[in-house]
Amino acid sequence: MSEKITIKDLAQKPDLLMPGHRLCAGCAAGTIVRLVLKATRGPTIITNATGCLEVATTIFPYSSWKVPWIHNAFENAAATASGIEAAFNAMKRTGKGPLAKYEHVDVIAFAGDGGTYDIGFQALSGAFERGHDFLYILYDNEAYMNTGIQRSGGTPRCAWTTTSPAGSVIPGKREWKKPIARIAAEHEIPYVATASPAYPIDLVRKVRKGLEVEGPAFIHVLSPCTRGWRYPPEKTIKIAKLAVETCFFPLWEAEFKDGEIVYTLSAPSERIARKPELKKPVEEYLKLQGRFSHLFRPKKREDLINEIQQWVDREWKLILKRCGKL
Amino acid sequence: MAVKQIVMGLNGDEAVAYAIKQVDPDVVAAYPITPQTIIVERFSEYVANGEVHTEFVAVESEHSALSACVGAAAAGARAFTATAANGLALMWEILYIASSCRLPIVMAIVNRALSGPINIHPDHSDAMGARDSGWIQIFCENSQEAYDSIIQAWRIAEHPDVQLPVMVCLDGFVLSHTLENVMTLPDDVVKKFVGERKFVTVKNHFGKEVPFILDPENPITIGPLDLYDFYFEHKMQQIDAMGKAPKVIEEIGKEYGELSGRTYGLVHPYKLEDAEIAIVGLGSTMGTAKIVVDKLREKGVKAGLLRIRSFRPFPVQQIIENLKDKKVIGVLDRAVSFGAYGGPLFSEIRNIFYDQDIRPLISNYIYGLGGRDMPPQRLMIIFEDLQKIAETGRIEKTVKYIGVRG
Repeated sequence: MSEKITIKDLAQKPDLLMPGHRLCAGCAAGTIVRLVLKATRGPTIITNATGCLEVATTIFPYSSWKVPWIHNAFENAAATASGIEAAFNAMKRTGKGPLAKYEHVDVIAFAGDGGTYDIGFQALSGAFERGHDFLYILYDNEAYMNTGIQRSGGTPRCAWTTTSPAGSVIPGKREWKKPIARIAAEHEIPYVATASPAYPIDLVRKVRKGLEVEGPAFIHVLSPCTRGWRYPPEKTIKIAKLAVETCFFPLWEAEFKDGEIVYTLSAPSERIARKPELKKPVEEYLKLQGRFSHLFRPKKREDLINEIQQWVDREWKLILKRCGKL
Repeated sequence: MAVKQIVMGLNGDEAVAYAIKQVDPDVVAAYPITPQTIIVERFSEYVANGEVHTEFVAVESEHSALSACVGAAAAGARAFTATAANGLALMWEILYIASSCRLPIVMAIVNRALSGPINIHPDHSDAMGARDSGWIQIFCENSQEAYDSIIQAWRIAEHPDVQLPVMVCLDGFVLSHTLENVMTLPDDVVKKFVGERKFVTVKNHFGKEVPFILDPENPITIGPLDLYDFYFEHKMQQIDAMGKAPKVIEEIGKEYGELSGRTYGLVHPYKLEDAEIAIVGLGSTMGTAKIVVDKLREKGVKAGLLRIRSFRPFPVQQIIENLKDKKVIGVLDRAVSFGAYGGPLFSEIRNIFYDQDIRPLISNYIYGLGGRDMPPQRLMIIFEDLQKIAETGRIEKTVKYIGVRG
């Protein structure tokens, strides 16, 4: 049934994230959350790590959430979700308690890259290992945007942030982006996917699939950030799309089936795999973003752009291999 | 009339685990740490043998243990965890979140010295580090009390006037690993006493009164961003709840007494009525001190003691009432506040007597750090010092360290 979701279905389903929140104009996180909530299938409880999304949607006494929602702390969204899921299971077992009346409750955790790659990684890995039935959505804006653009494990190489400034000696962040979704998949959890707000149907379908599997599911959504990536707000979806078109952020799914992690390319990336000439140079993605402007001005840094292109090619090849395309 | 009870040979940790088994909470999320580990081990056996309906979440850290309890309790579950020392320190961030979300979680603290240097033996540095976190803190004298307090803790935490998490503190090894005869209530009596968890209601965004839990039928937002325009008012609500807690602790302790024959209050005096000199303290040492008081009484010394059972809320009136007419008080602290004027218990006890017209002389004795033993002989040294102060009418040195070299 998850295959059949259409734009019309999405439009007809009422929003569960209400307007009036204080996310920036052009912020992808709001779009992502609205889409995720469009994919919910019944009673749902949300837990949200500290970050832009939490801060901007729940300034007391206001809340944008039309679903039960809890913010605990920065590093423990997965642990909080574990507790909610455990509570439901216990109540279901005895038939007592406020959640016992539901056939099923979907538990969704939202966290940014800081709360996932870095400070929240231990809790996330632990929850995967224990096998709680919950969906973890990483909205990855590739830095600590809520505190003012500091580098995280999700920040790509050469990106300017306030703690990896583009200096006269060091050209932005020196390390590569951590392959968090593949690390999640290696936990041998039932479902892992990457997704993008530029491909809403693909995203919604993946969310539904993540909710439907028994056990932990992890969806890594790239979330362009107008303030931190330094581009005009109307370019968010264009940039999100370019990330996929350049294979900087390929879209795929990984399911753990019969003792194997089975990777599958999703349609937008599958097209590129079939027709490699569709793959755009990463430069097209980089040049739209002020956080990479030092690669183009005052002098074009072909060496660094090439390095990033090589990384993209290597990662793309790896994903193609995993997906059985090489 | 007390109900029929069964005597069991249990150490402190087993007594806690057994009480939790009888309460049968929805969720236990815990992580092993000496000297608390026996609690999770025993409880895991109850789970493995199907003796409880609890979801046992064997988390990967204490931080996640309490985080999972927050999620569970917010979803309407009864949630329990247990820890000690460094584990409690790792939970520190979430302690404040649990209490400010007004979640009635119960946690056993098996008191142990904080690192570093690393040490596994008892003192109160762990619990004292959590004293400002908005949790109720009950200190137990023996394993019997640990058993009894764990059962009462749910009623206190979930009381509509309170709605705060409760720590039940028992000294590591001295209680946790020492076999004691523990009188236990029948399962059904415990279940009836604890009852089902009831929920307070709040107004949701549409002005409807709904239970304060994460229920998809009545969605509410828990743990929002709360800035200078409301944060202070929310802190006042926590202050008010803590202010209402003493009455509830006493009521529940009395009701439990009618059931079990063991009544508990905020403070427990021993031979204090006509005493001229008295010690005040927390935990298992106060049990040892009773023997010393008895010995002194045999010699005709008017000695007594006051054990503080509830450190948070701090029972100001009860302490004043019990101690105001004493000549000399020795406050025993099993924790140190570096750079402060005396230990934490001493600071608070001296403070509350400032407004009294007649004040006892109050002296501080810091003892037992890192599990340094406190046998009757050492307590006798303290009483002798109190006698000397009573005779001379002056305290030569206000803060003394007992049983330490150099």
